Amino acid sequence: MKLASESVARVAGSMTRSAQFWPAVVLVLLLGINGVLNPNFFVLSWREGHLYGALVDILNRAAPLMAVALGMTVVIATRGIDISVGAVVAISAAVAAALIGGSLKIVDGQQTYVTLTSMPIALVAALGAAALCGLFNGVLVGGVGIQPIIATLILMVAGRGIAQLITGGQIITIYYRPYFFIGGGYLLGLPFSLWLVSALLAIMAWLKHRTALGLFIQASGGNPAAARLSGINARGLLLAVYSFCGFTAGLAGLMISSNVKSADGNNAGLLLELDAILAVTLGGTSLLGGRFSLRGSVLGALIIQTLTTSIYSLGVPPEINLVVKAVVVFAVCLVQSPEARAWLLRRGTAA
Amino acid sequence: MKALRLTSQTLPSWVAVVLFVAMFAGGSLVYPGFFSGQVFLNLLIDNAFVLVVAIGMTFVILSGGIDLSVGSVVALTTMVLAWGVERAHWPPLLLIPLLVAGGALFGAAMGFVIQVFRIPAFIVTLAGMFLARGLCYLISIDSIAITEPLLTELSQARIPVGPLGEVSPGVVAAALVLVAAVWLAHGTAFGRAVYAIGGNERSALLMGLPVARTRIAVYAVSGFCASVGGVLFGIYTLSGYGLHAQGLELDAIAGAVIGGALLTGGVGYVMGTLTGVLMLGVIQTLIMFDGSLSSWWTRIVIGALLGLFCVLQRSLELAHRFRRVPAQAHTRATA
Repeated sequence: MKLASESVARVAGSMTRSAQFWPAVVLVLLLGINGVLNPNFFVLSWREGHLYGALVDILNRAAPLMAVALGMTVVIATRGIDISVGAVVAISAAVAAALIGGSLKIVDGQQTYVTLTSMPIALVAALGAAALCGLFNGVLVGGVGIQPIIATLILMVAGRGIAQLITGGQIITIYYRPYFFIGGGYLLGLPFSLWLVSALLAIMAWLKHRTALGLFIQASGGNPAAARLSGINARGLLLAVYSFCGFTAGLAGLMISSNVKSADGNNAGLLLELDAILAVTLGGTSLLGGRFSLRGSVLGALIIQTLTTSIYSLGVPPEINLVVKAVVVFAVCLVQSPEARAWLLRRGTAA
Repeated sequence: MKALRLTSQTLPSWVAVVLFVAMFAGGSLVYPGFFSGQVFLNLLIDNAFVLVVAIGMTFVILSGGIDLSVGSVVALTTMVLAWGVERAHWPPLLLIPLLVAGGALFGAAMGFVIQVFRIPAFIVTLAGMFLARGLCYLISIDSIAITEPLLTELSQARIPVGPLGEVSPGVVAAALVLVAAVWLAHGTAFGRAVYAIGGNERSALLMGLPVARTRIAVYAVSGFCASVGGVLFGIYTLSGYGLHAQGLELDAIAGAVIGGALLTGGVGYVMGTLTGVLMLGVIQTLIMFDGSLSSWWTRIVIGALLGLFCVLQRSLELAHRFRRVPAQAHTRATA
């Protein structure tokens, strides 16, 4: 009996100490505020063969951000950062759109959708291009040894140019119905993009917990010198991690371009890198590398999207979105910073 | 002039100078009408605000930090300037000092949070970026045109510089900021403390340097420069708009890095930033003169240059590590 009560206390203790405790509280609070102000917020209904409601909407819209945040998490775990993901999203979307393109043709009085290239090839090409972008970052960081923020800045600057080069500086509209399924379709009543992200999360969680890869990543981020001495191939690891981050950005690019049915080299995934980094930080993964949490990053992405959606749905002018985001980021960072907590406590006792 | 000597630390800055001259010469050979004093001065006129912002960024990078908020602060400054003179009818000569002070205060606040709460500069200035951009939209969603006589006058005024041509008052302001920044970086205790913190924060602390005060001041300098840049940009475009200067933080970082500032901090020159910004400008001018190249090539070329300089910096660093010149520690402290 004593054991049981001890373990309960331990679980409760580890819960509040867990890096995901405060982000979870923030998310619940945000959802709660929404629920109070908008009675229909939690209502889920079944329409046109799929679930329908504000929650489903948030999940669907958060899917690209979740995918990018998951890739960003492992990069940050190696003490790195990838600020090129927004540009990679644009490149992936541009490649997919340029290859599929599609046009509405009237054949024998019937509307048919024609693609330039078959969709599987286009998808593989888009994801491959994105992973290649990631590999480029990985070579600069792992091979040449440039600091991650500047190495990925290169692609962040050049990437939008490349995306515009592919789209010819125009917004390519996609006219190919099957492609819309990726970001706008539903499988078993839930958004298909959500299934994609769930699969990504499951594979990553398996790799993290069931193989040595997770340990390697945490070790090389926590103490690079010790990791090297214990025989971890840091260079290969960095190449893999950055390529993977590029791949997740490519996936997000497909979801976004499929959802809006077009590819815009200039604006696709704009500021997404910042949202992704925020999501990772909000989820409790330290920017200093080492231990990382996949669940936390998903939680962080949900917080950001819930915030955005609630600002829109509560009738607050959308212009305030950025201000609110700034305040929330600031608050969560303060809560997570031991120095800030100590400082606030000191002020509290002094007053 | 120790700083002018060719060492592995000054080499990237010199490469940038050579490359700039080569690009300008190449443009002069290929495009008729390119080789003129006015084309060069136009580089300054069009990039005066970038230069001022990049100078502030240089201090932040020298201290080993980063400031992502500068583009938004520029936008907010143009917005408040336009709103102040057009809607509230405040005298611009009173408003501009207030704006600049406000920018410095905004930067200092971010520096305070970075220093005291130990939150990464990246995240804090990111929040600052969102905040400043959001505040723009709270003032007005639309662009506000500036028609105030004094500012219009300033925007159109041209000051002749010898046989070369003429410059705008904005260039003069930027030149003043540049001179002040060179003095601040290389001639004051503050400047030496910035280099020391960027080189190694712990040893700076052990040497008894005022690390906390210096770091807060560095972000204040960046905020100051950003708001000065905002005033220049507002006068240059005669408008205030929340979408102004998007991605300017990238140009500022690129300018500083191409000019020789090491992103890990501790190494770099304010004058190098001038070269870096001019390089960004000359790329744009070349592409404009060519006419057949689309505007997005600018970004690709700037990205490629950035990559080139990073690899150069890194290989010099590695070469240095293998040779282990004993004087290296000395030059780093006095550079």
